[in-house]
Amino acid sequence: MPETAEPDFEVIVIGAGIAGCVTAYQLARQGRSVLLIERGEAPGSKNLSGGVLYSRGIQEVFPGFLDEAPVERRITRNYINFLNAGSSVGIDYQDMRLADPVNAVTVLRAKLDAWLAEKCEEAGALIMPGVRVDRVLTEDGAVGKRVVGVQAGEDELRARVVVAADGVNSFIAKEVGLRTDEPLNHLAVGVKSVVSLPRETIEARFNLTGDEGAAIAVVGDCTEGVGGGGFLYTNIDSISVGVVVRLDDLTAKKKVVTDIFDHFLEHRFIAPYLEGGDLAEYGCHLVAEGGMKMIGEITMDGMLVVGDAAGLTLNTGLTVRGMDLAVASAVAAAEGIGSGLERDDTSKAGLAGYPQRFFASYAGRDMKTYARAPAFLEAERMYKQYGELFADVLYSAFNLDTQPRRHLLSVARKTLTQSPVKMRQLVRDGIAGARAL
Amino acid sequence: MKPLSIPERLTKNRFNLDEQECHIEVNQEIARATGTGKAIVACCPAHVYTEEPDGTISVEYAACLECGTCLAVAAPGALKWHYPRGGFGVQFREG
Repeated sequence: MPETAEPDFEVIVIGAGIAGCVTAYQLARQGRSVLLIERGEAPGSKNLSGGVLYSRGIQEVFPGFLDEAPVERRITRNYINFLNAGSSVGIDYQDMRLADPVNAVTVLRAKLDAWLAEKCEEAGALIMPGVRVDRVLTEDGAVGKRVVGVQAGEDELRARVVVAADGVNSFIAKEVGLRTDEPLNHLAVGVKSVVSLPRETIEARFNLTGDEGAAIAVVGDCTEGVGGGGFLYTNIDSISVGVVVRLDDLTAKKKVVTDIFDHFLEHRFIAPYLEGGDLAEYGCHLVAEGGMKMIGEITMDGMLVVGDAAGLTLNTGLTVRGMDLAVASAVAAAEGIGSGLERDDTSKAGLAGYPQRFFASYAGRDMKTYARAPAFLEAERMYKQYGELFADVLYSAFNLDTQPRRHLLSVARKTLTQSPVKMRQLVRDGIAGARAL
Repeated sequence: MKPLSIPERLTKNRFNLDEQECHIEVNQEIARATGTGKAIVACCPAHVYTEEPDGTISVEYAACLECGTCLAVAAPGALKWHYPRGGFGVQFREG
């Protein structure tokens, strides 16, 4: 296919988040000429996440990642907490096997992404911060439009391949029709505070030693019954604390998102973790929760989409993933682009190596495995009634009120008959959960 | 411990305010007719939007954390929202 103008770069990557940086890094290491454009004043300054990165994939890209990158703590404790107004039931899983080899780390993205961008620069990519890409340049191709570059203000820059790594809102992917506006049940808003505390205080409060870290996932009263959850993640000398609420449910219930967050922060079982801490930063982020359903086309002639921009996030109920999927998509994209450039074919067909490699990878296969998880997690009972049911059963067991005890099973059965949850719902959710998760 | 107010929280963040260009524009008629006005007031974590006594929605674009939630819940035509110009807006130091 003839090019009308000589490209300025082989590849232009829009957005210096994890997906953009890893794509740029891999391609620069292949010897490709790469421009990485970032709208923030510096790489990382527009980027925010809850904070847990499942790190095996990024360790393959950067073998020295755990020692060199600005990671916070290595997660050895996962606490799944059903929170009610006056009670709390949880599964507290702490395991030293999670530290060796390290499986997940907490990160603060302004710091991590600045490091990733440095790595890109060392590998030979050109970084252009403080520049907003306004639109992509297109030309009429063999079939439909072909992306040939980007426009930022007055400047036009051309490339053989443009990578949209511009995050969950991806105006770029929407502009060219690779993504449409999402239904609200596929979207959530995350609100987060980073609260500074001395590291010894964090280690004592969360039962940690050295650089071990805890990830607490909360459902129930933390979101005032709105679909979603809360989290507390330990950093070295701060705590990332936040709530994530589904937009369809938030708007239907006419709740104010900051009231929900305040309610969580003030909850009697959450506030003690944060007591005496100073707010370091307040932020928020839109979250794609549609899972597999959100992913449509991720390539077209001259362009592909990676990470959040491609809708790559996965909430399985236990693990909430996005950053590791960004890494996996970036690795697959860099391979796909590399082979397309080698064959001098960067059409959709020439870039087909990207979706093939991604969906064959563990990350792509996980997206398919958990395709039913979003619908399952939308069930209202998850956010309110199950936590109360668990607490009522345990209360009957622990509350020795001078009445003769009955077997736990019959206590559970009686509690269930009094609960708004029906036995058939419990069975149905159990089966659906087993199939979805 | 009472959490800080939203404006107090925002003072902890670093912003490069673009004094030339506002990146948010509300179409008051559509916002009122579709309920978008109340929805964006409720869903914005930074309290960028306020419903005034006359029912119009005022915009404090300097406080925007650039998440895009308002755009996601807004009815078609009710809201113009794009990212601030390069280098402007919130600059996270933690993230």
